[in-house]
Amino acid sequence: MDYAEVVERFDPVLGLEVHVELSTNTKMFCGCPTTFGAEPNTQVCPTCLGLPGALPAVNGKAVESAIRIGLALNCEIAAWCRFARKNYFYPDQPKNFQTSQYDEPIAFNGYLDVVLEDGEVFRVDIERAHMEEDTGKSLHVGGATGRIHGADYSLLDYNRAGVPLIEIVTKPLEGAGERAPEVAKAYVSALRDLLRALDVSDVRMDQGSLRCDANVSLKPKGQAEFGTRTETKNVNSLRSVERAVRFEMCRQGAVLAEGGRIVQETRHFDESSGSTSAGRTKETAEDYRYFPEPDLAPVAPSTEWVEELRATLPELPWERLKRIQGDWQLTDAELRDLVNAGAVDLIAATVDAGSSPAEARRWWVAYLTQQANTRGIELVELSITPVQVARVIELVNGGSLTNTMAKDVVDGVLAGEGSPDEVVEGRGLKVVSDDSALEAAVDEALAAQPDVAEKIRSGKVQAAGAIVGAVMKATKGQADAKKVRDLVIARCGG
Amino acid sequence: MPSISRDEVAHLARLARLAVTEDELDLFAGQLDVILQAVARVGELATSDVPPTSHAVPLTNVFREDVLRPGLRQQQALAGAPAAEAGRFRVPRILGEE
Amino acid sequence: MNDLIRSTAAELAAQIHAGEVSAVEVTQAHLDRIAQVDTAVHAFLHVDTEGALAAARKVDADRVAGQQPASALAGVPLALKDVLTTEGVPTTCGSKMLEGWIPPYDATVTRRLREAGVVILGKTNMDEFAMGSSTENSAYGPTHNPWDLDRIPGGSGGGSSAALAAFESPLSIGTDTGGSIRQPGSVTGTVGVKPTYGTVSRYGLVAFSSSLDQAGPCARTVLDAALLHEVIGGHDPLDSTSIDRPLPPVVAAARQGADGDLSGVRIGVVREFAGEGYQAGVLASFTAAVDQLRALGAEIVEVSCPSFTYALSAYYLIAPSEASSNLARFDAMRYGLRVGGDDPSLSAEDVMSLTREAGFGAEVKRRIMIGTYALSSGYYDAYYGSAQKVRTLITRDFDAAFEQVDVLVSPTTPTTAFKIGERVDDPMAMYLSDLCTIPSNLAGNASLSVPSGLAEEDGLPVGLQIMAPAMEDHRMYRVAAAYEVARDAAQGGPLIHRVPEVSV
Ligand SMILES: [Mg+2]
Ligand SMILES: [Zn+2]
Repeated sequence: MDYAEVVERFDPVLGLEVHVELSTNTKMFCGCPTTFGAEPNTQVCPTCLGLPGALPAVNGKAVESAIRIGLALNCEIAAWCRFARKNYFYPDQPKNFQTSQYDEPIAFNGYLDVVLEDGEVFRVDIERAHMEEDTGKSLHVGGATGRIHGADYSLLDYNRAGVPLIEIVTKPLEGAGERAPEVAKAYVSALRDLLRALDVSDVRMDQGSLRCDANVSLKPKGQAEFGTRTETKNVNSLRSVERAVRFEMCRQGAVLAEGGRIVQETRHFDESSGSTSAGRTKETAEDYRYFPEPDLAPVAPSTEWVEELRATLPELPWERLKRIQGDWQLTDAELRDLVNAGAVDLIAATVDAGSSPAEARRWWVAYLTQQANTRGIELVELSITPVQVARVIELVNGGSLTNTMAKDVVDGVLAGEGSPDEVVEGRGLKVVSDDSALEAAVDEALAAQPDVAEKIRSGKVQAAGAIVGAVMKATKGQADAKKVRDLVIARCGG
Repeated sequence: MPSISRDEVAHLARLARLAVTEDELDLFAGQLDVILQAVARVGELATSDVPPTSHAVPLTNVFREDVLRPGLRQQQALAGAPAAEAGRFRVPRILGEE
Repeated sequence: MNDLIRSTAAELAAQIHAGEVSAVEVTQAHLDRIAQVDTAVHAFLHVDTEGALAAARKVDADRVAGQQPASALAGVPLALKDVLTTEGVPTTCGSKMLEGWIPPYDATVTRRLREAGVVILGKTNMDEFAMGSSTENSAYGPTHNPWDLDRIPGGSGGGSSAALAAFESPLSIGTDTGGSIRQPGSVTGTVGVKPTYGTVSRYGLVAFSSSLDQAGPCARTVLDAALLHEVIGGHDPLDSTSIDRPLPPVVAAARQGADGDLSGVRIGVVREFAGEGYQAGVLASFTAAVDQLRALGAEIVEVSCPSFTYALSAYYLIAPSEASSNLARFDAMRYGLRVGGDDPSLSAEDVMSLTREAGFGAEVKRRIMIGTYALSSGYYDAYYGSAQKVRTLITRDFDAAFEQVDVLVSPTTPTTAFKIGERVDDPMAMYLSDLCTIPSNLAGNASLSVPSGLAEEDGLPVGLQIMAPAMEDHRMYRVAAAYEVARDAAQGGPLIHRVPEVSV
């Protein structure tokens, strides 16, 4: 169904479940490393292999991270909570239960304010954030494409098994209407920025350290009760989040419009086609038989501990934006443009390298944005660093480069000719500051255009522009225009 | 309370990944019924004002330092495996997904 | 019979450390005894001859080099229940599921034994995954009670208790989830101790019911049990339910008790553990034991613990529930048995189900299904949830009782050893064996069984159970040691010496 028609007839309700792998040194319940990409089954021990007799022991750092994430998401922190076993058989899960949390999450009842591109703020309520462990990875051999279906057999690597995960679950997200896909994407993006600021995870969606499942349902406009939802699993990029939600809305809208029923099921998002396909239905879903994990003591964070951790929270992304808006004296609209252009961090880094906010901003939103657009890439993908931009600005301010020359230097850096100083050297870009040479050039120009020289002498100072232009041309732009102008006027008795 | 049917036993066996035989279904249905009838009397004492005990010892906040501890070598990890290939555990084809 | 194998662990240690006998000689004597009688007893699933002799040689070499013994038990042989992992030595848990599995790591108990210079002779038979009270549920055949080879040696640790009663080993390790140390101790005339939950590490103990399982010492005397208790006990960071406090002073208590004076000690007799279902000879032996304790100066009080009558029901919900989850890992993917792995038409799920069907015995399957049922949505509150509430009430009964008395006593088990095969088809009758032992597992407190003599009607051993509050294990050692001395004096020598010679 056409998207416009869907949002005209239905209200979407979203629920987002994000799994974050923590970047602790060791796994959730054992001392094995968590680094990505090691040889298979080289980061395992009796505990994370689920060997008979082995026992878990909680990584205190992971609990700290969980509490910090909870606090940053404005959650309440449980005064007492337990781990629970989620029982289901699957070969990538060494114990055939996942040690997770069930009805007693470490953090609950929070929210995250998400800013959309036009500046509208959407508050996403957080149901809970809980601690659990990741599974191993399977490799499907044989069959057509290395996919699970039609494979002859599978190979298992448990390096990832037991890596600490925080699962963050939103409350049902209503009222986003046609902006639902956009809100979903903005939420995951805001969450990613937050986790990065907390320095608790690599938040690499491409490596699976941040994974999103999207629950979508539709209800006819005016109806109070929710419709049947589907859960689209492992949507692994920001763009996919938006596409998957949008696709599911259209698909469900079409089914409902024809009088059909939505089946409660998991669905899979296919990146290439942008569509979802049916997985397991509720009827065949497992009964997880949760019960409190007897091998682990309950977690009871004291108020003092929680407050200690609260004090370690860094400046959070939205707090930083507020501060930056004040420091840089930006209007709401200006700030929003910088955010949307992905320029805030670049400008801030340029400022950190010594430039003024105004100069830094001018470079990034004007010339460099233009360069990115021409190349069809994001600003951050340009091959120039904030430190290099700051150096160019410094050279201009110090009088070594004119603005025109500065653009040349930036072009050179972008072209891979090296650092700003190397480009200056390589391209022979030096302001002609040798006064006698400039004076000679000015005299020459005045002599070449005696009528103009006369006008200047008679007080028509604005006529100096023609002489300045000639001098600049003669010096191939390497002179400081203002200086040339002063010189012209001085030579003409001004 | 319970009068556990053959079908329920079959369902439990499926949940527990036990490929029980037809004969076992009959045997277990009878035995489970007797046992569950007997143990159901826990309900007589379990009033709502009694808190449940999940752990025998009341410990809290037992945490480990986030410090690496030597684990197993790949060859040790795979030594007990029914089948292995390319440094991984080789298992029959996996149905479905998770 | 060779004197070495009839000696206590304390005596052997003294002789070895004094250089009067070598650890190798002691070990060899026990290996010879095993070779001689174990075909009839079947206490062992695996005898590690080479490993045992190597450990003994190390103890002897250290002594010759003038080093202090690694522990009070350095050089003394021990039989290890096959539910504790041993690096490089098979660990089967009495199951086909783990036939031939060689763990790549040692349990903490195993490591502590090795570090203490204790000589591990081998791994003992047990009910499959410790589920049973008779050792008939072993996939490798039953163990026989040395007092009467037609009878059960108790369970699940029947191999460990029989090894002691058959003089195959002076020490053994058991694990007690619902009585699997104390009940086998009772029916074989040996001492079995379930320490306070959390004082002996469970790391490497293949889990049956995590919140109940506790490894403990088994021996022929109270002092030997205490010496072994101190070797294996103490805090272990690898077990998150391990108590980070010093171990109770059990050896000192056992030595103090041997003085034979219990004046000032208040002993409570649990009213609920008597009457219907209790064998007359068991009750008579228990009454005589209580009289004996009174004669030693103890004050005897009758105590009521009304919730204890619900303990069996709570146990048969909690233990199977945890077991259904703990045993899920046996799935043919990473280790152990795999059935149907060669058939390409079978999926991983098929192979899991076929393997678990073939690899687990009837009792294990039964308990997995009970546990699966009790944890299912819709049943959780009525079963598992209620059982956990009963657990609270039992703990409260203990707390109230220990306000009045220092220790509690009861028969360890309602009957003496029954005949092999007698209760196999009647799970509920089998479960009654653990009637008196279960409350301490649910509450987590300490409890032991010490022989109280032989039942008049069948001449088989009876056990006296002594229960102490959590972390007060030394109290029961003191009482047991005092009672042991008085019992031997009254009965004309150690009870264990009345076990008939095993007919091979
Ligand atoms: Mg989860
Ligand atoms: Zn590990």
